[in-house]
Amino acid sequence: MNSLIKGKAFVLGDNIDTDQIIPAKYLSYDPSNEEEKKYFGKFALFGVPEGESGYPGGDIRYVSEGYKSDYNIIIAGENFGCGSSREHAPFALAEAGAEIVVAQSFARIYFRNSVNGGYLVPSETPVKINEEVATGDELEIDLEINKLKNLTSGKEYDLNPLGDIKAIMEAGDVFKYAKQMGE
Amino acid sequence: MGMTLTEKIIANAAGRDSVKAGENVWVNVNVLMTHDVCGPGTIGIFKDKFGADAKVFDKENVVIIPDHYIFTEDKRALRNIDILTDFAKEQELPHYYQPGTDTYMGVCHVTLPEKGHVRPGEIILGTDSHTCTHGALGAFATGIGNTDAAFTMGTGRTWLKVPETIKFVLEGKLPKTMMAKDLILHMIGEIGFSGATYCAMEFEGPVIDELSIEERMTICNMAIEAGGKNGVIAADAKVEAYVKERTDVPYTLFKADADADYKDVYVINCSELEPTVAIPSAPDKRKGVSEIKGTELTRAYIGSCTGGKTEDFAAAAEVMYGQKVAMDTFVVPSTTFVEKDLRTLKYKDKTYMEIFLEAGCRIGPPGCAACLGGPEDTFGRANSNEIVVSTTNRNFPGRMGSMQAQVYLASPYVAAASALTGVITQPDEYLESK
Repeated sequence: MNSLIKGKAFVLGDNIDTDQIIPAKYLSYDPSNEEEKKYFGKFALFGVPEGESGYPGGDIRYVSEGYKSDYNIIIAGENFGCGSSREHAPFALAEAGAEIVVAQSFARIYFRNSVNGGYLVPSETPVKINEEVATGDELEIDLEINKLKNLTSGKEYDLNPLGDIKAIMEAGDVFKYAKQMGE
Repeated sequence: MGMTLTEKIIANAAGRDSVKAGENVWVNVNVLMTHDVCGPGTIGIFKDKFGADAKVFDKENVVIIPDHYIFTEDKRALRNIDILTDFAKEQELPHYYQPGTDTYMGVCHVTLPEKGHVRPGEIILGTDSHTCTHGALGAFATGIGNTDAAFTMGTGRTWLKVPETIKFVLEGKLPKTMMAKDLILHMIGEIGFSGATYCAMEFEGPVIDELSIEERMTICNMAIEAGGKNGVIAADAKVEAYVKERTDVPYTLFKADADADYKDVYVINCSELEPTVAIPSAPDKRKGVSEIKGTELTRAYIGSCTGGKTEDFAAAAEVMYGQKVAMDTFVVPSTTFVEKDLRTLKYKDKTYMEIFLEAGCRIGPPGCAACLGGPEDTFGRANSNEIVVSTTNRNFPGRMGSMQAQVYLASPYVAAASALTGVITQPDEYLESK
């Protein structure tokens, strides 16, 4: 796990469900197929309604062309990743180049999938910050000291400690973690 | 301090005398279920991590039920089914319900208990968020992702964070125009879309006691729509009779201690409730039918693990008997055995199938179909700006296909009554026997 993450923010609202993260239509691609997996990057966040994708304007595609996004940090509100258990969701975000989602809260299965699969960090904030960050802002996140700094605005925010999941993220994924645990 | 029902089941699976909410524990898993959308990815990780010749942890208890994208020309979707077929053959899995053969069933959450794969007190994992359905039989059941599933497939184990429990006590009497679907929509509206995140939802009370197994499944099925880790109802004589009819696998009954610790307790007087819907585009956007009756619709959809079971169609048939639909109405039995029930079970002198066909409904083949949109040729998929009243479980933007479509979640009574009028409609006037 990379504990220092720098890059551009992509800002979303509350209740970003997994159908918005990767619409069901694209689930027939097989994530374990080398040729097909790049399409998960291409269609990451493709189901976010117009007007709600990339605040404050809300009219920015997460992946505007090709298979990778210009934004490696996603900032969202409450209940990110609610809905289905599709692991394709954190997988798609990671394929598009996202390294971390910072949200006020996460839905449980999404949270677990992003950790157990070792895709990207789910980081919770004690307060809502998605109204204070604009898409394109340059951010710096330090997971050692649990701080997020908005280099564009100069403001700094606390992140909740990763807690139980830190050991799994540091191990790499649930397989490596289980081995460490003697499972 | 005593334990909740969920804590009891997890403690047993962890080989411990007790566990407490918040602890992380490793448990033995009884059943792992997967389907065509998540199975190929799971198998890919399983082979990658355990090796090309690895064997699943227990052939009897790795159950594969393709159901999502079955009746489609989508090449990748069909390829995914081939991957499952090859894997089931290679692993000699006795419980593979293969599309295109007599063993094909349809929706996994209706098939799993029907075929005897769910027993009280067990740990049931599935690569689908609605795996929480199986808490209706007194099991701990939850949805997981491909990586978790691959790990369990190889080891029969997983780690669980013991959830806190929110208890719902359903008192009073269920009004005759209401079904389990109305109750769970009411409860989700009460606590909100993420009101039970990381939590178990435990349901009890005289109204739950009266509900059939299928209706209890409808309630537990939608625990995830409030963010719940699992929904659970203690097994009673009704559950035992259901399970014993389907399997002779031994099981253990658990119930909550009287002094168990709950995060919250909601006591709901069901006698005071009315038929309930969730308006677009979240399952917690609760409205009583009286508040929004007359809302214009263009389509009705009756199907899915939530609203496509035999009793759901019995309810819809009662409403539609001798009537004509006023808009496109899609009927999708969840499974092949539900489809058979449609052909054989009757309301008055007609089978449910006859009632639906005479009313002008379109009837599709069993499976998940348009509940989650799927490939563009999926039966009943909303491909444009449809306004759908649906017995399914999710009404997120784009859930049933097009981003322009809107979905109202409702009971089979409300969906069927609305199909007859083209607007959101109270079912009471169509329920003469009530």
